[in-house]
Amino acid sequence: MDKGRKYMNPYLAGFLLGLLVIIAYYFSGEGLGASGAYKRIVIGTVDLVAHNYAKNAHYFAKVVNGEHSPFNAWLVFELLGMMVGAIISAVIYNRMHLEIGKSPKITNKTRLWFALLGGILWGIGSQLGRGCTSGLVMSGMAVNALSGYIGLVAVFGGGYLFAYLFRKLWT
Amino acid sequence: MGPLFTQGIISTEVNHILAFFIGIGFGFLLEAAGFTNTRKLAGVFYGYDMTVLKVFFTAALTAAAGLLILHTLGAIDLHMTYYPKTYWLPTLVGGLLMALGFLTGGFCPGTSFCAATTGKIDAMVFVGGIFLGIFGYAFTYEPIFEKFRNSYGLGRVNVADWIGIPQGLFILLMVIIAIVSFLVADKVQKKINAKQSKEDLHDLGLDE
Repeated sequence: MDKGRKYMNPYLAGFLLGLLVIIAYYFSGEGLGASGAYKRIVIGTVDLVAHNYAKNAHYFAKVVNGEHSPFNAWLVFELLGMMVGAIISAVIYNRMHLEIGKSPKITNKTRLWFALLGGILWGIGSQLGRGCTSGLVMSGMAVNALSGYIGLVAVFGGGYLFAYLFRKLWT
Repeated sequence: MGPLFTQGIISTEVNHILAFFIGIGFGFLLEAAGFTNTRKLAGVFYGYDMTVLKVFFTAALTAAAGLLILHTLGAIDLHMTYYPKTYWLPTLVGGLLMALGFLTGGFCPGTSFCAATTGKIDAMVFVGGIFLGIFGYAFTYEPIFEKFRNSYGLGRVNVADWIGIPQGLFILLMVIIAIVSFLVADKVQKKINAKQSKEDLHDLGLDE
């Protein structure tokens, strides 16, 4: 049987994800996040290569001059765990393959250029907006934070607003 | 009473081990829900696959309701947890950039990381793009972004207080909105997919 495209019931996955957010808040006082971990990796890398620059530059200084190494952070350990969790699920469901995900109507080259562009936009947007779908929106909504709802409206509302412009990439 | 780490009940080491296991759960669920499949993610904006809407709203509102109940019972003090401050305009502008990133790249930072880990080449390129974006932002932070990022600050604002209704009522209203949106989403998806090919539906895991 082809198990490759069988996915978990979305409401069950959402419910379990919600429980995980509760666990993270209860034990660690943290929300789940992703862009914050990327940020730590960037700060830690720059600190290794150019410590004197990093300890004075405003973007880096607060983390670099902190008590622990920039890599020694809750979100970084969480990100490492995500790697393991994703692999476990992909192996169970037989989805662990090298492939390019895309609409059959566009070329691989187009897909990869737009993937790069999208990543860059997320990199900048998540730093300016103080988090991504997980840290800003999901973890924000979990504690009824206004910022989470502004993020929700901007990310998903903006998605619907501009969707028409990019329809050829997906439909 | 939670949060345990914040109050020194568990050590930093235990806290980081927990982070690792919580991450395993997070990565597993994102993969299992289909969020390493870029077309499933983008589908939410085109109506052919509304999985993102269902998973995301269910997760956020399960967490919100659960945390409010625990807070009310005195099992967790939400004044001691991560509680983001609101800088409304920078978050709005950043969010719109992320929306454009979603439509062009078809992932977000968490989903792309899981997809890259499980062999999706487009996701590996996307993750590379995130790092490029953050490096670019970091090195131009002081002249370009710093002032704007720290402007329009409102402090720690609770959305229900901001509207002026009780916390529980706000969550209840959101749950009702979510359920209605799930019903509408199912109708839209069914209508759009009546015209989709069998291969397309199979690729999205939507075939019976």
